[in-house]
Parts: sequence; C-alpha cells; structure tokens
Amino acid sequence: MSKMVELRILRQEGPNAPKRWETFTVAFRPRMNVITCLQDIQKNPVTKDGKTTTPVAWDCNCLEEVCGACTMLINGRPRQSCSALLEQLDQPIELKPLTKFPLVRDLVVDRQRMFDALIRVRAWVPIDGTHDLGPGPRLNPSVQGRAYEFSRCMTCGCCMEACPQYGAGRAFIGPAPMTQVELHSMHPASAMHQEARLHAIMGPGGLGDCGNAQNCVQVCPKEIPITDAIGDLGRQLTQQFAKDFFGK
Amino acid sequence: MSEPRFIVVGGGLAGLMTTIKLCEAGHRVDLFSVTPVKRSHSVCAQGGINGAVNIKGENDSPELHFVDSVKGGDFLANQPLVKGMCYAAPGIIYLLDRMGVTFNRTPEGNLDFRRFGGTLFSRTAFAGATTGQQMLYALDEQVRRYEAEGLVRKFEYSEYLGSIRDAEGVCRGIVALDLRTMAVQAFRGDGTFLATGGPGMLFGRTTNSVVNTGSAAAAAYIQGAKYANGEFIQVHPTAIPGEDKLRLISESVRGEGGRCWVPRKKGDARPPREIPDADRLYFFEEKYPRYGNLVPRDIASREIHDLCVNKGLGVDGKLVVYLDVTHIPAETLDRKLGGVLEIYEKFVGDDPREVPMRIAPAVHYSMGGLWIDYEAGTDGFPKVGSPRNHQTNIPGLFAVGECDYEYHGGNRLGANSLLSCVYAGILGGPAGASYAKGLKGLSADLPSGIFDEAERHWRERFERIRKMSGKENPYILARDLGETMNANATIVRENKTLKETDDRILEMMKRWRDINTLDTAGWGNMPVPFVNQLWNMMELARVVVLGALHRDESRGSHYKPEKPQRDDANWLKTTITTWSKDGPQFTYDKVDTSLISPVARKYD
Repeated sequence: MSKMVELRILRQEGPNAPKRWETFTVAFRPRMNVITCLQDIQKNPVTKDGKTTTPVAWDCNCLEEVCGACTMLINGRPRQSCSALLEQLDQPIELKPLTKFPLVRDLVVDRQRMFDALIRVRAWVPIDGTHDLGPGPRLNPSVQGRAYEFSRCMTCGCCMEACPQYGAGRAFIGPAPMTQVELHSMHPASAMHQEARLHAIMGPGGLGDCGNAQNCVQVCPKEIPITDAIGDLGRQLTQQFAKDFFGK
Repeated sequence: MSEPRFIVVGGGLAGLMTTIKLCEAGHRVDLFSVTPVKRSHSVCAQGGINGAVNIKGENDSPELHFVDSVKGGDFLANQPLVKGMCYAAPGIIYLLDRMGVTFNRTPEGNLDFRRFGGTLFSRTAFAGATTGQQMLYALDEQVRRYEAEGLVRKFEYSEYLGSIRDAEGVCRGIVALDLRTMAVQAFRGDGTFLATGGPGMLFGRTTNSVVNTGSAAAAAYIQGAKYANGEFIQVHPTAIPGEDKLRLISESVRGEGGRCWVPRKKGDARPPREIPDADRLYFFEEKYPRYGNLVPRDIASREIHDLCVNKGLGVDGKLVVYLDVTHIPAETLDRKLGGVLEIYEKFVGDDPREVPMRIAPAVHYSMGGLWIDYEAGTDGFPKVGSPRNHQTNIPGLFAVGECDYEYHGGNRLGANSLLSCVYAGILGGPAGASYAKGLKGLSADLPSGIFDEAERHWRERFERIRKMSGKENPYILARDLGETMNANATIVRENKTLKETDDRILEMMKRWRDINTLDTAGWGNMPVPFVNQLWNMMELARVVVLGALHRDESRGSHYKPEKPQRDDANWLKTTITTWSKDGPQFTYDKVDTSLISPVARKYD
C-alpha cells in the first residue's frame, strides 16, 4: 500500500460562516507539495471519515513562488503552499488561512490592504511619459544588486502575518510597503520624489509603529533584508524631520 | 457629451501596457483580472527581453533582430509587425529602465545584455533571472499611479465570460463574473481588449500558471472571433518535471554558458559528476556547432525528444537530459541566474552549482491566438494609431499579448515574448483610442436591452452549471484532457493520433455534460467557473488538434514525421479557425512576407 499524507484543513464557507476542521488523506508521491494535495482533494473531495464535502478553496497561480498568491499558514508558519514540500513537513499537515486579512473562504483571504498601502507610499517612478526619451540613467551595478533584492517582494503577506504590530483595526501599514519605499530611494529618478514617500510613512500607521520584533525578515520567502530597509528608512526619516523642521 | 470608456481584460504585461497607453492619452479604463494583476503569469518569465541595443559592440541592429525573429518563426509571421516590434525594442528597454526595472548592469553602469536562443548576438536585457516579474511590477506600479489618479478602476477576482455585441455585431462591453460574490454583471465599454494570456492548461502540467486556461480567448472564438495558427504550441526544452506543474528552467541558463549533455553510453548509471568529459555527449554542440546550446526552442525540444525517445539515450532511460552549469563560477550564477537556480534548488533539493540539473521538455507558449488585424505603411512598419492594429474581426474587440497570434510565426524566440507583450500594448492602446474616436455613438448612451440580455444569458448558464449533479469530476476531466493533449499534440504529431485525439475530445465534451459541479455555494465557489472554463478549453483543444491535423507539413514547433519538411508551396499560410456548431471550420490566409523572402532555416 502506498504511503498516505494526512492534512487537517480549517474550513469556513464565508466571512460570517462557522469554522470547522476537516481531515483528508491523499496518496504520497515524491516531491509533492501542498498544492498537489489540494488538487488531489479537488479530484476526490471526501474527508478521511468518508464524508463527501466541497473542494477546498485556496488561492494560487504560478506554483513556483514568484506570484505570491498561495500564501497560507502551514503548520503554523506563513509561507507559499507551492514551495511547501511534503518531505519537509511534519504530519498531519495543518492548513489555515492567514489571520491578518479578511477571510474570503477556506484558505482564501483578501490582501487588498497591501496593494492600497502601495498607493499610500507612492511606490512608482513618476516618469515623464512612455514616449522615447532615450536611455535611462547609468547605475552602479552594486546599487542595482541591492535594489534587486527589494524588487523581488511579491506582496505575498508573510511578513505582514508575522508582524505583531500589523492586523485588522490597526493603522500600521506593515513591513512589505517599507521595502518598496526603500527600493524607490535607490532609483535615480524615483529618489527625487522620496520626500513624498517619507511623509507618507511619518505619523500614524507609519514607520514609527514598527515594534522592531524582526519577525518579518524571518519569514520572508525571498529573504528580502526587510529590517535593513526599516533601519535605513529610520535614518532617512530622521533627516527628513530635521529638514522639515529647519529647512523651510 | 460623454467620453469613451475602455475595458482591458487581463493584467499581465500586455494588459497593463495597454492600460498605461490609454490612460496616458487621458482615457478611463476598467481593468479586469481573475487574479490581482500583480500576480499575473508574466511573473514567470525569467530570462529577459530582447532589443538590439548593441551594448557589447557586436554590430547588432534592429534589422538583424528582425531577421532572426522571422527566421526563428519559420517565416509564418506577418513581417511588418515583427519589424515594428524589433525596431521599437531598444526604446522599450529604455522605457522599462526609466520605470525602475532593476536590469543587471555592466561594470560601466550600462544595461547588461546576454545571449539567448536563435541568435548569435548578446541581445537580451535581464533582471537577474526574474525579468518578467520585475517588468510586471514596474508596469503594475505605473497602473497604480493611474489608479490613484482615478483613471483606472480595477476589478480583480473577476472573470471575463463573453463580449456584448449590438445589432451590427460591434462589441459594446463584456459580461464578467465576480469570483467572490458569484455575481454576473454587464460592463459597458467602447473598446475592449483581451489580454488574457495563453492556453497552457489545455496540456495539463506545463510551465504555465493555473490561470492560463485560454478560456477567455476561447469564449471570444465561440462568439465569432477568428482564431489563428492554433496548432503552433511551443514546447520549451528545459523544465523541471513536477507533480503539479513543470517548472521552467530559463533558456538564459544556456545563454550564460550552461551545457546540455547525456552519457554517451546508453544506460550509463554513474552519477553525472563521475562521468568524464570524453564519455559525455554534448549533443547540441556536436550537431549545431554555430548555435550550440542556443538553437531555437522547437529544434532543441525535438532534438531532446529524438535523443531520449528514439535513441534511448535519456538519463536513466527517461525523457531527461542534463543541463550543466557546474563549470560557471558560483558568483556569476548567483548574480545572473539566481532566481532560476533557486527554483531548482527549492523544488528538486539539489544545488545546481554543484550537480548538473535534470531537465525535460514542457509545453510553454502558444504562438497561435486570436486573429488580429494591422495596418502597415509603405515603409514596411505598422502605422501607430491605426484602429486596425490588434483589432479582431469583431469590431471593438482587440487582443494583445500571448492571446493574439502575431509576432512569432511558427516558433517564438526566447525573450521575444516580454517584448511582444509590451509592444502589443504600445500599438494596441492607441489603436483602441482611435477606434473609439470614430464611433458614432458610445456604449454608455445605448439602451440597456443588449446588456440585460447578455447578463440574463450568462446568469442562466451559471445557474445550470451550479446545479450539474452528474458523475464526472471536472478536475479529473481536465486532467484527462491535459494528458491526452500532452501525449499527442506536442513535439511529434502523427495524423492518425491527432484524429484519435479529436475523437477523444469529443467524448470528453459528452462527459462534460455529466459533470458534478461539487459545490453549490453562492460565495467563492471555485468549481463553478472552472466547469465553464473547461468547456471553453475543450473547444480550443479541438482548434489545436484539428489545425495540426490539417497542416500537412512541418514548420516551426509543428512537426510531423510523415511530412518532415516545410512546404511553402502549399502551407506558407496562416491557419484561420472559425467556430461553428458543427465544429471548427478552417480557412487559410496569405502571410505577409514582403520584407524578407523565406529561405531554408538552418542553425548548424
């Protein structure tokens, strides 16, 4: 008989519906990930006790940890379910939705607040237009290398989930948008507009709400040096405060 | 007087670039996507974007890029669009750089370029090995800027079901399904763009993302949009086999010096590092001394298939070869290929810096797609601003990106897809704007009849799907479709097998009617939209299979051992498929080869 995998999944049919646990077993294959288990359940939506149920709802897209969609709590840790390989997980595998975002259904949550924060911090280069203006500015390769680390943030929500200061009813915009403020300080044209971004992270919900728990950097699947960004932004803010106070 | 409104369906590179061009001209755009646009499939593109900037002093030029692309596509592409794209490429790369894409740099601080398949020049700009992700994020940021200004309304977790046409057949809007509330709603628009990507999921496990069902393009086809060159499906030579998907290992790995090989001796069971050079068959380098590991993808995949399936030389007797980068310094690998090697490490568990990767071919891209028009000037370039550009045969319905059929002919060159997606937006946005300018009345001023009727039609269809309580599991049916397509309609195609495959699809369409939808909930129901998509996928699968059956030659990605040669006399033509209730109808159009005359395609 083939080896079986057991999964405990926290189910909830909608934001106001009751929560319930369901347990499933699926046949193990080498290099299987959590997504494969959920796909197997779609093909046979029956619990371990033989009860027919609905397929589990979850979010996913690229299945190679670059889109950020399939984040959930796997054995208590926020991570992508595509790169959660069964060989590396204790069983039964426990799947829960992220807790810091409004629940949609089962393992699906609404991370719109993260995208809204990117508007607040003005995370874009205000280009003059898409017409041909010739080559962009030259850039030191080491600056590019540093910027690249931050540009890989896929808005997956792991750092937000792990952050004790972030959550429903709290103003803090969380660690992920900070990495984008830091990123834009490294682009020669975007850096010209850093002042507006720094003002966006001053005050309530801004950088001052960071409690320095440093959980964010522990759970980032792309190993983005989030705490470095927060530290550097602290320095940029200090200079900005001084400039705002004395400079005008 | 009211202003025109635009609808863009799909938020990958092509959809976002179209949106940017429309907003830049002051227009309002409703942007629909089944996923938050930042999670679109464009994130999966790894290796880079082509443009003859000639940073390396190799005397590269847009004209040479054009020649390589036309030849790479085995002369099936309409040449004016390819020419326009290649000449626009350097400017597109500069634009992306200005938008903040973190492209790798040379020591002097210039953009760095690397080699890719089907060319002898270093023509590919790259951001590590996650170029698509970086480019998507840059365009996503620009669109967010317009969202903040109020020009863009995003409808994410919203799926295109069909277009709404008035009595003259003009597209006046769309019907969309809210994937959370399951509400079916009509939206009015004066120009509608489909930017909905490729149909990889027809083949089950591929390098594609799960949203790449091709369902939206298929829905347009069912409503009368012509589909072109559907039989041209690119199989990428290097991917990691997996249970849920086949993860791409970028061509850039070979561009940076990666070498493919197998043991010379059949059944050599030694671990790869213990096999000395003399006992290794570097099969690309031996057979194609000029292009070596960088022959175009169609040729590379066929070569691997022949080596493993016909000659039995695959690693462990399987359809697997080694892709070796262990001779390249780890620092170079991390800087230029980090993202892709990380994927191999994470999903396979071996470090490719130390151990040769085991890779296999996988379905990757569709050259075919919705038929679109264009207008070229006497200079051979497309006329920017012509309303014909990127418009389907349904007036007011445009297609951009992988879901259109242009630019790549019978085989796409690596790193030309990111380029064609952005260029499609650059050409498509202004086309939509001038089309809307020429409209006599705007959709906002039309009576509600056609919109109500369309809503009613789709509500009824979804109500029927929700109640389906037969015996077939839709996900098992999709798996069967994928396995059948993958086995019979990819690298090697036999007429007899193609005929049988179509028969099997017809059987599956019968099985579809006996589906159990598994979930009747009116909130966040995933099976209901999937069942709808699955029908569209089967309709499109027939287009691929029958198109391949009819095209009795070999060209680009389409290879028939029964007719192994390209046959320009009979088949230098575009396949046009039109939906009918009796199945797909095939006609053929002339290809515009006015700029480069077809010659034999050689890479040895």
